[in-house]
This record gives sequence, structure tokens and C-alpha cells, in this order.
Amino acid sequence: MYGTRRWLLCASLCVSAASAAYAGPTAEVIHWWTSGGESAAVKQVAQAYRDAGGTWVDTAIAGGDQSRAVTINRIIGGNPPAAAQFNTSKQFLDIIEEDMLGTVDDVARRDHWDQVLPAPIVDVIKVRGHWYAVPMNLHMLTWIWYSKAAFAKAGIAREPASMDELFADLDKLKAAGLIPLAHGGQAWQENLLFSMVLANFGGRDLYLKVVRDRDQAAIRSDAFRKVLVAFKRLQGYVDPASPGRNWNDATALVIAGKAGMQIMGDWAKGEFIAAGQAPGRQFGCLPGLSADTPYLIQGDVFVFPKTDDAGTLRAQKLLVDVVDKPAVQRAFNKLKGSIPVRLDADDSGFDACARQGMAILRDPRRPVGVPEIYLSPDQNGALQDVLTAFWNTDMPVERAQNSIASALRY
Amino acid sequence: MARRSLSRATPYAALLPMAVVAALGYLGAGLWTFYISLTGSRTFPSGHFIGFAQYHRLFDNERWMLSLHNLAAYGVLFVLASLVIGFLLAVFIDQNVKGEGVFRTIFLYPYAMSFVATGLVWQWLLTPGDGVDGALRALGFTHVRFDWIVSQDHAIYTVVAATVWQASGLVMALMLAGLRGIDPEIWKAARLDGIPAWRVYAQIVLPMLWPTIATVLLLLATAVAKLYDAVVAMTQGGPGIASEVPAKFIMDHLFLRSNVGLASAGAIVLLVPVLALLAPYAYARSRKEAA
Repeated sequence: MYGTRRWLLCASLCVSAASAAYAGPTAEVIHWWTSGGESAAVKQVAQAYRDAGGTWVDTAIAGGDQSRAVTINRIIGGNPPAAAQFNTSKQFLDIIEEDMLGTVDDVARRDHWDQVLPAPIVDVIKVRGHWYAVPMNLHMLTWIWYSKAAFAKAGIAREPASMDELFADLDKLKAAGLIPLAHGGQAWQENLLFSMVLANFGGRDLYLKVVRDRDQAAIRSDAFRKVLVAFKRLQGYVDPASPGRNWNDATALVIAGKAGMQIMGDWAKGEFIAAGQAPGRQFGCLPGLSADTPYLIQGDVFVFPKTDDAGTLRAQKLLVDVVDKPAVQRAFNKLKGSIPVRLDADDSGFDACARQGMAILRDPRRPVGVPEIYLSPDQNGALQDVLTAFWNTDMPVERAQNSIASALRY
Repeated sequence: MARRSLSRATPYAALLPMAVVAALGYLGAGLWTFYISLTGSRTFPSGHFIGFAQYHRLFDNERWMLSLHNLAAYGVLFVLASLVIGFLLAVFIDQNVKGEGVFRTIFLYPYAMSFVATGLVWQWLLTPGDGVDGALRALGFTHVRFDWIVSQDHAIYTVVAATVWQASGLVMALMLAGLRGIDPEIWKAARLDGIPAWRVYAQIVLPMLWPTIATVLLLLATAVAKLYDAVVAMTQGGPGIASEVPAKFIMDHLFLRSNVGLASAGAIVLLVPVLALLAPYAYARSRKEAA
């Protein structure tokens, strides 16, 4: 009697364990999409995964830095998630070199990623012939957002088409009693502003020589010095309350018409739209000063830590299939405010700014990566330290030039 | 016989776990950090030996140099101010004031709270337009601008002020314990001789408090070396890199910037001044014990 009961207990436990194992794959996913729009976007992906028969275990961690630290610690600790978010950058290169990431070569070959993804993205996720990450989205980081009302008040008839025209417009905005440039004085925003000046004013060649090749001669050149001077000149057009301000508070100044323009990534568009404004009507979006300026892109990817566990491997395989589907990427990007990463994506249903961006993306001469795509996290950080110090102090331009040279030497 | 040796071994057995933790946790981790600082480790610790290249890079880094400079300026001001204010508070309470317990609690309270929270309050207080600046203007001082926290040259002093506010209560508590330990006969004798109270404090009590002061100095010095939370909560190292400190540099490179090697080199460099402060203290103590 006693023995029988024990046997029954074991049987029921064993059955339930077995049924869990065959209930379809379970994927734990670490990401930092926690704000309103982002979390709505990732829910679309989770739902698509469930519809495909998988179980999505959501581990959302606020803050990219924190989230990446948790992922890396768990990989080192031998308890990795099935998938984790990273920026499209060199953040996960070290994990690849330690041979701790699985490849997604099958899907990449099947879907011809070599042809349908922008080159700067391919360079980051393809290492020594193997594909290590599934790109989810693209952001363009250096849009110029401007208030139509402010431009009208300052008497600016058309969008600036060169750095000189940009400065002339800023002068007009200043004369009209407005804040010419809405800026949040945080290091990453100063970094972004600098990338914009380097790309628009320095041009594609200088941009790539400095941030991709870390060419010491280019950094010490006169052309680069002029870029630094122009960057610093912008500081004369921000208001005194800018240090420490968040990017969305700066966007709010443009929305209210108190400031003329802001240089920010395409996530700023969400703020305008949330305030009931429409692109081309109350605000304008300008992807660059001329028709051939570099278009600075970055995005997010999922990586899949290496594992021997058959269940996790199946979960990863299913997840790769799901997140690579064009329909899933469209649903995700519409809510996230970014654009699909595939060049052959259908642009219907996206707003005017996003459609403009998707068209530019197809021109192979225009997309380049943001500095983070080419630099290691510590090189990028060192560059950012110099730029924010140069922006905030009266550091002579020669010294900034020297400091950038030594920041990018290592 | 066996029993006697057992009772002799007991204290050692009781100390053993702590000794092992200290040896592995502190010495071991210190040696490991030094080893890593000689390698080219990035996200992961690696055995790729590159000599002192990380140290070379560290001292070629503008932010690190500024951090050291800030730490020195901060350290001197913070230690002196906490010591003086803490001592004066202790003397004040030592005058048998009414409601001593209330004052003691008030002065000690800042130390009991997390600086992540109080640092944020300080940041609000110091934000130009609000807080102190706004209050001054509301009171009619329209020409006064109090914008130290966003100023390149003054941001680090706001960190000094906030941390002195936090630490001086602890200094007071320790000093007060020291003052209470002074033989009342000394006070009686001084009173008979007609010596004014301030001279008794300055010339008799203060020298007698030396062991307490040494302890306080040691506590404050370690607080200087590990300064991190106040900066993160108040200025995030800004404006620009004006209020960066070494501990923040190390944390940033350990995690955000994935350069464990450079962070370890920074940690080892930061250990040097701590040892330089500790060594004379340990030496003085060992001499005292020998005597």
C-alpha cells in the first residue's frame, strides 16, 4: 500500500516533468526595453513567439548598462539566458572572442543577410565569416528636429543646407529671442552632437578615418580641428540651464516653440507625436544638411549565448526564426519609433520621417555607423570624456585635439 | 594535558574563519587585481600579459588625472572640515546642554541614511533656479546666483559640503565618547587654576584625545578613497568631467566600458595612498604595543 502510493507519487511527478519538457521551448530573454513605447514594442515580439508555440520568459532590466552587466555576469557564471539584447556595437565582441555566443548562420544564409542588411550592421554582427546576432531595428542618431513655428518667427524660409547656413539660422533664432539650440548637457548628448558635426561638416571620409580607422594623422589634421571649432561654436547657442538636462526636456522646448531645433535620434519623434504634433506640419525632421551627408545608424540586436542544453537550443532556434520575420520587425519598429533593419522592408504605414530614413538607407554611400559601432566601449568612453570636457570648459582646441588623439590611440 | 592544549587552540580556531576570509577576500583579491592590471583584460579577465601598459595608459588619461586631482582637493577639505565641525559639535554637546539626546540624534542622523537618497536631496537643493538659489531670489536677493553644482570650478565643493554634512555627525559621536572619557579631575584642576575653558580644550583635552582623532582620521581617509555614491547622486561627475573621482573611473571601466585591466590598474593606484596613510598608523600602533 505504502509502496504503491510512493510509486504513484513518483509517476505523477515524472509525468509532469516530462510534459514540461515537451510543452514547447522556453526562452528567457534579457532586454532593457522598459519605457512605455519600448515595452509595448517588445510585447509584440513576445506574442509572436507565443503564437509560434514557445514560452517567452521576460527579464526586463531598466538601463542598458545594468542589463548588459547582468547578461555578461550570467554568461560568465554559466547560467546564461536564451537570448539577450545588446546595441549594434562592439559591446559583445569580447563574448564572441571567448567563444560564448552561438551563431545564427543558417537563418542569415537563408535570408541573404549579406544583401539585405546595411553594411555597417553586417560588419558588427558578422565576425570571421560567422553571424552572431539578429538585428532588430535601426535608429538614426543625428536628425535635426526643428519647430516650424520658431523658424517662422525667426524668418527662416527653408531648411539649412550647409554648416554656414545652419549657423546663420541659429543666429536668426537667437535674434528672435528664442533658444537657438535645445540641448541636454549630458556627456552622451554632447557625443551625439559632435558626431553630427563630424559627419555633416567633416564629411564621410574624415568621419570614417577618425572613428573607424583611428587615424592619428586625420585626428591631428586641420580639417578635424575645424570640426572641433564648429562643434564648440554650437555651445554659444544653448541656454545656460542646459547642463544635466534630459533629452526629452530639450525636445519639450522645441515642441513648445521656445527653442528652434534639437539634434537627436529618431526616438525624439515619439515626443512630438505624443504632444499631438505631426511631421511636416508643426515640426520638421532633417536627416542631414546635404543630400550626401553620412546617415549615422545604430540599433539593437539579440544574441544567443552558447549552450549544450537541447531545450534551450530549440528555444533559441525558434526565437531566431520569429524575430527575423519581416512582420514581427514591422510591428516592433512601429511602436519603438525606429525603422526596420532590412533594406527590402515595406515602408507603408510608417510616417514621413521614417520613410525618408528608409529611402536614405538604401543608398549604399550614406549609411555609416555611429562611433560606438567602430570603437570599443572604452575607446568610445574616452572620446566622450574629452568631448564633454571640451564642450563644458574653455579647453583650447589644440589640447582637445591632442586628448582625442591619445584617447583613440589605445 | 590534552585539555590544556585544546583550550589553547580554541581562540585560534575561533579566529581561523576570519583569518581565512581576510587572507582570501582581501589579500587574495588584492593580488588578483594586481595580476589583472598587468594583463590586457577587457570584458573578461584574460592571461594576456602586457606589463605596465595599463598604468601607462591610465596616466595618459585626462579624466584619470583630473580624478586624482579632485580626490586630493576633496580629501584635504573633507577631512579638515569634518574634523573641525565634528569636534565643535562634540564640545557643544559636552556643555551639558538641555535635550542633549535630541541634538545627538539630529547630528548623527545624516550618517544613518543612504547617500543615494540624501545626495538627490542635495542635488535638488543646489539646482540653480530651485532650492537655495530660488529661495535667495524669492527673499529679494535678485542679484545672487548660487550655481556651484553646474559650475566647472565649484562642483566638487558642493560634494565636499554634502559629505561633510553626512560625516561630521559620526565624528561628533566618536569625539564625544573621547571627551566623556577625560578624567573630570583635570577639569577641576584647570578651574582651580583659573584657566579659560577654550585653552583647556585646545591645550590639554585635544592632545589627550589623540587616539580618538587617529581613529577618526583613518575612517575619514577611507571614506575619501571610496568616494563614489555622493558624486553619482549629485553630479554624475559633471558638468563635463569636472567632478570625476577615481572610484567612479574604476566602476565605469569595470562595467560600462568593459576594460577590467584598466579598472584594475586604477584600483591598484588608488590603493597606494590608502597604504601610505595606513602604514604610519600601523607603525605607531606596533611601537606602542612593543613599549
